[in-house]
Amino acid sequence: MIYWDLFLAFFIPNIIGYGGGPAIIPLIEAEVVGRYGWMTAQTFAETLALGNALPSPIATKMAGYVGYEVAGIGGAFIAVAATVIPTLLLMLGALGLLYRHRDSPRVKRMSQWVRPVIAMMMAWLTLGFLLESLNTSGTIHTLIIGIVAAIALIRFKTHPAFVVMGALVYGALFIS
Amino acid sequence: MKPPTVSWQLFWAFFRVGIFGFGGGPAMIPLVRAEVVTRYRWLTDEEFADVLAIGNTLPGPIATKMPGYIGYRVGGVVGCIAAVIAIIVPMIVAMIVMLGIFSRYRDVAWIRGMGQAVVPVVMVMMAQLTWDFFDKSQAALGWLVSIAMAIIAAGLIYWLGIHPGWVIGAILIAALLRPAGNKKAERTT
Repeated sequence: MIYWDLFLAFFIPNIIGYGGGPAIIPLIEAEVVGRYGWMTAQTFAETLALGNALPSPIATKMAGYVGYEVAGIGGAFIAVAATVIPTLLLMLGALGLLYRHRDSPRVKRMSQWVRPVIAMMMAWLTLGFLLESLNTSGTIHTLIIGIVAAIALIRFKTHPAFVVMGALVYGALFIS
Repeated sequence: MKPPTVSWQLFWAFFRVGIFGFGGGPAMIPLVRAEVVTRYRWLTDEEFADVLAIGNTLPGPIATKMPGYIGYRVGGVVGCIAAVIAIIVPMIVAMIVMLGIFSRYRDVAWIRGMGQAVVPVVMVMMAQLTWDFFDKSQAALGWLVSIAMAIIAAGLIYWLGIHPGWVIGAILIAALLRPAGNKKAERTT
């Protein structure tokens, strides 16, 4: 039963999430934190931070780790399979059809119309992380880390891995 | 079945992409191209562009659809499995090991502090993605439509508690069924 839940929790976001791996994150959060309660907002944020600091696709890293946390190696396998296999099979099976429609306005419209909804869910998730941080670390730490991270990431295009490392050092020294 | 050397080449090609590809799937596409087109010449530039376009017609992460398809095309089922495993498994193992060590010492105050300190960083990253998606959305649909859709979807999902799958599924079906000819929809991305 847990395997079936895991399968659904990753199958659904991946089958509706247009816009590549990052688009799937708020959809996965809705399942993993919101619906099934397998993780808290805090642990999801930690997982996402490490996921962003490491290379390779984010969607499969999240699936592999969450699956492992919930149901061990078998869980990791199910969650990754639900992420990778359905759309890959579609791509291999319906290649001719997709090839004919690859520049179709309808197909483009699908990803365009979904985008505002994904953006809104991302905004919601951003707000959730803000509230979580205010709640656990307090206003001052949240502001300091948030502003420095924003400047580093946006203004100086610092690699996310270094920003996460910086936050880890700050947290170890000043939040405890 | 192709000789196993092709599968090995596929494995190493996508292993390198997985190890050096920071920033999520879409950011990895140039690396995939460097291996597949430039280094091994499995696909021409045009073929690569077609595979990418086809991948984008489907939902789900692009960074697994491309290796899976290219692996299958170059090395059959074995090639497909080798390519997908190579790009995803190493970092999943790294995640499990690192977060496993981290949660074992969660009770130590300074370790817990580390966990708390990354939340604002993730918040900023998510805010960046939010902006990126809204920006692309307004470029294609305009501000008014984008914001109206976002507000309606927020009401349905967070106020009425409808599962996002139903909301997005309905939008996808509407986008697919509505007759083509909308100029705005043809314009961008």
